[in-house]
Amino acid sequence: MKQDIILAGVGGQGIISIAYVIASAALEEGLEVKQAEVHGMSQRGGAVQSHLRLSQAHIWSDLIPRGEADLVLSVEPLEALRYLDYLRPDGMIIASRAPFVNIQDYPDVETLLNRIRKIPRHLIIDSEKLAKEAGSSRTQNMVMLGAAAGRLIVREENLTRFIKVLFERHGETIVASNLKAFALGQAVAAAADFVPASGAREGKGGG
Amino acid sequence: MKPEILLGDEAVALGAIQAGLSAGYSYPGTPASEIMEYLIKAATKTKAFVASWSVNEKVAYEEALGVSFAGKRALVSMKHVGLNVAADPFMNSALTNAHGGLVVVPADDPGMHSSQNEQDSRFYADFANIPCFEPSNHQEAYEMTRQAFDVSEKFGVPVMIRLVTRLSHSRSTVRPREPRGQNELKHGASQDWTLLPVNARRRFRAVLDNQAAMVRLSEESEFNSLRLNDKDRSLGVIASGIAFNYVQENLRDLENPPSVLKVCTYPLPGKLIRGLVEHVDNVLVVEEGYPLIERSLRGLFGIAGKTVKGKLSGDIPLTGELSPETVRPALGLKPLESLDLGGFKLAARPPQLCVGCPHADTFQALNKALKEYHQGNVFSDIGCYTLGAYPPYQAVQTCVCMGASVSMAKGGAEAGIHPSIAVIGDSTFGHSGLTPLLEAAAADTNMTVFILDNGTVAMTGGQPSYASGERLLRMIEGLGVVKEHIRVIEPLPKNLDKNAQVIKEEIDHHGLSVIVAVRECLEEAKKRRRGG
Repeated sequence: MKQDIILAGVGGQGIISIAYVIASAALEEGLEVKQAEVHGMSQRGGAVQSHLRLSQAHIWSDLIPRGEADLVLSVEPLEALRYLDYLRPDGMIIASRAPFVNIQDYPDVETLLNRIRKIPRHLIIDSEKLAKEAGSSRTQNMVMLGAAAGRLIVREENLTRFIKVLFERHGETIVASNLKAFALGQAVAAAADFVPASGAREGKGGG
Repeated sequence: MKPEILLGDEAVALGAIQAGLSAGYSYPGTPASEIMEYLIKAATKTKAFVASWSVNEKVAYEEALGVSFAGKRALVSMKHVGLNVAADPFMNSALTNAHGGLVVVPADDPGMHSSQNEQDSRFYADFANIPCFEPSNHQEAYEMTRQAFDVSEKFGVPVMIRLVTRLSHSRSTVRPREPRGQNELKHGASQDWTLLPVNARRRFRAVLDNQAAMVRLSEESEFNSLRLNDKDRSLGVIASGIAFNYVQENLRDLENPPSVLKVCTYPLPGKLIRGLVEHVDNVLVVEEGYPLIERSLRGLFGIAGKTVKGKLSGDIPLTGELSPETVRPALGLKPLESLDLGGFKLAARPPQLCVGCPHADTFQALNKALKEYHQGNVFSDIGCYTLGAYPPYQAVQTCVCMGASVSMAKGGAEAGIHPSIAVIGDSTFGHSGLTPLLEAAAADTNMTVFILDNGTVAMTGGQPSYASGERLLRMIEGLGVVKEHIRVIEPLPKNLDKNAQVIKEEIDHHGLSVIVAVRECLEEAKKRRRGG
């Protein structure tokens, strides 16, 4: 059993937090974990990604080989497409439809979403709307984690457990909004009745 | 002890603590910063050892050397180019008979994720005739750091742990072992530490006489391994550090795996390399960084009757970072099948200044002031403000190394550039800006120096700065800059016109001016408000 995940977004969107929660859950379940991330200059408002590898067997490379990733999970639609060549032909892409516009030549969002829709297994989530519903627009990363939760090889109760650990020091309100964001993401993904092999459909929160 | 998920940087830090570290020193720099971050966190909790940010890497190295002189164990870490700054004490410390273990940890940045070059620190270890460990994973980073202190004390030389970005900034499991205590205070012997020619010659001889023993240690190291394929002798691979992982990752796709030698210690384990080379017809060398092993293996004339493949032969890319896929063609494998964009163009998203960043306001005022001059140049330094090179500011024309903005502006001014302007942050000024400003003040060079005082080392995550606030202003005056030409501005949108006016006045002053732009880093202000 193994799973290779590319986490994508823009510096400051909380990619490392998603990675922390999945990696901690995996360690809890006795899996091997490797997680490569971006620090320093490139994280200042630039494109960031994290390679997260989970496996029962030994993991050699810190980087996922191109063509090996099972899942691209992105908090941003443009960034979702940036790592497409890491995805295996039957791999899955779960992307937010909320653009993070900090460049002058940001493309038309519908064009981006249409390109994502061409990927056989895709799911588009309105993370911005759901995060606001959860009480804070800063919880988009947890909405996306929730949307992916059902497709991860770690148990969902371990994910929520480490969301609590992660946000504990920020107080109960922040823990609650992140847990709610996670649950909303989960619900939308479940309602999407996402059929892997034959034509994906989109989440009701998005589309 | 319980396994922990650690960054490669943190695995090194934990290894050092548990090897009986007495003091650690560093200057912030990606990808090495998290070593000191971890040490400081641990030292704050236990108060068992010293861990502190230094004003620059040279100072950090010399502080560590003082600890070693006192017989105690010291670690000094920095990004790869930081070792250039510390090269003087580094090269000389190879001769000073370190009797408290001294471990130097440069973190290289192949692919230049956050750096101006991709120099390979293993060459420094070779240059100084000292041992070097190159971990391939987190557990090795931990174990090698522990062992490096012993090797340092055994041979009386500093020992290097060479990290690279992908290990420094990757997390994985480390299983720590029982910690050991620190060394007692034991003063160094003056004949070993006073590098007068008479002593230095004797010490250099001693280091050279130890080389054979260092090679033997490398040949017996548990971190190297040789796996020979007796059925197929066509190819043998020598892979070092994390490059070994990229080879291993691909082996399952090969029907007939090559013989593989894993090399993670230097000086090179000659016996093991001979064992592989004699067994096979062709050798492929896979290493992250410059082709150090490949070059040693080829020599000037190659190996008679065998081909040596690697970076020099073009089978592995000579620049950039390795990955599982860059190694595949050299192993005779096709790329894995994957999805792709099929011609769909994606806009790039380079790093940029945060919205509302004080540097942005400084650049806007500077650009406004400079509109009236035609032949000027802005020499930048290393920090967040280097991002002023990107649109929409495009405000700076150089970025070379720490402190170079001030010295280059002086050289540029002396060559006839006007206005000649330097832009340097408060911490970078403390690191390497003082000495060139001292010189410019003495010469009263016709140039303008901006010191952007945001009170922190922002790019690397907000470490403390030594040259900030009132102290910075006193330092500038103390260096001999004329008081009327030390101007303080507050970079805010509402001050744009006022600030541009100040800048124009100082450009028009024939002589040296220093403009200090004071406003706290936004990220740090946010952190402070959150109480973290």
